[in-house]
Amino acid sequence: MNNLYIARSSAIASRVLAGETMVMSVTDSTFFTLNEVATAIWQAADGVTPLTDIVTRSVCPEFEITPQEALTDAEEFVRELATHGILQVSEQPIPNQDAAIAGAA
Amino acid sequence: MMPLLEEVALHTPVVQIGGIGIALRTSSARFARMVEDRYDGFVTQEGAAQVSFDVELFDPHERERENARRQGTTLQSWESQFDDPFAEPPDDLAVTCEHRIWRIHRGDFDATWNPQTGHGHIRQTVNPYALDSVLRIVHSLVLAQQGTFLIHAASAIRNGRAFLFSGISGAGKTTISRLAPPDTTLLTDEISYIRKNVQKNGMKQQTAGYRAHGTPFAGELARLGVNCSAPLDTLYMLSQGPENHIDDIHPVEATQMLLRNILFFAHDADLVHRVFEAACRFVERVPVRRLTFRPDAAVWDLIG
Repeated sequence: MNNLYIARSSAIASRVLAGETMVMSVTDSTFFTLNEVATAIWQAADGVTPLTDIVTRSVCPEFEITPQEALTDAEEFVRELATHGILQVSEQPIPNQDAAIAGAA
Repeated sequence: MMPLLEEVALHTPVVQIGGIGIALRTSSARFARMVEDRYDGFVTQEGAAQVSFDVELFDPHERERENARRQGTTLQSWESQFDDPFAEPPDDLAVTCEHRIWRIHRGDFDATWNPQTGHGHIRQTVNPYALDSVLRIVHSLVLAQQGTFLIHAASAIRNGRAFLFSGISGAGKTTISRLAPPDTTLLTDEISYIRKNVQKNGMKQQTAGYRAHGTPFAGELARLGVNCSAPLDTLYMLSQGPENHIDDIHPVEATQMLLRNILFFAHDADLVHRVFEAACRFVERVPVRRLTFRPDAAVWDLIG
């Protein structure tokens, strides 16, 4: 299975509040809330860490979930966010991303 | 002999809402009178304006009027539109920013505004709804720069504290406004104006929460709010039900509900960031609760 790389889009505003991450698209003002697992993936989306590594290091140990199950769910999640322009998803590393997100923890 | 120069009298009513004055410079005495009447209680002297517009009026039916004149018939005078309060505004609003100049366009007006100089130009029909819209949009842009906003909410002052009652059309903003007891000061039944509560401490200024200010933007109550303000106590998200009760709302849900009700006209990236941050900070500092109420005056026993 090819590695996927993910990076936060610069066309968003986000903030962590009461343990959940809120993300708003500046393009169409769509609003998303991310639970703890999704927040862990979101915060690790630096464009150069493969999704498999993010899942192995940040998700499985914290949330007691098998790597295969976690990876399947994570891939579905990142592709959905990509359709809304919130995340960039690529089979190659995504370099030089301006991942400045207002207020991200 | 025709005079080489003709002096044109200029009129400059200043509409001041939330302490922010917008001067409207016009050669039309009738337009100036319309402004003074429509925003009664919110009109002040020219010196108080932080924003100014040159207002030019146009007749959207000029071509038809000219054709009618040639044919020997007449159309209703364009100035009669001053007296037509029922004209529906067009729905093609566009608010864009290019080279730091805002352009606000709809079928019945075209405005430009430079936030750095505070000056702009409005070309509009005589329909007062056009001016209402320009004022709301400009205020929303000014407030976004300051980290606050306009919100679809009724607001009222009771016992020295302001309360907001927010929700979409039909949620009960006007209903709860109508039910307010005599000891309550109504700020608006439709669009609330939020600014930071700046307190002076000797030479220093510090921000302590927010204030809600009265506005002339009326809803179905058709009544201008009182031009005053008070520190903001609580934002209630309205819901109608068989019993009156107040419930907590999770901060994330509160932020999302707040964002849905903030008046927001342009998908400008910087503006979206500002509005989003303003909403997040607001929820961190102001209690946001769900108020479920029956449409009777007993709901006010829970407020203030």
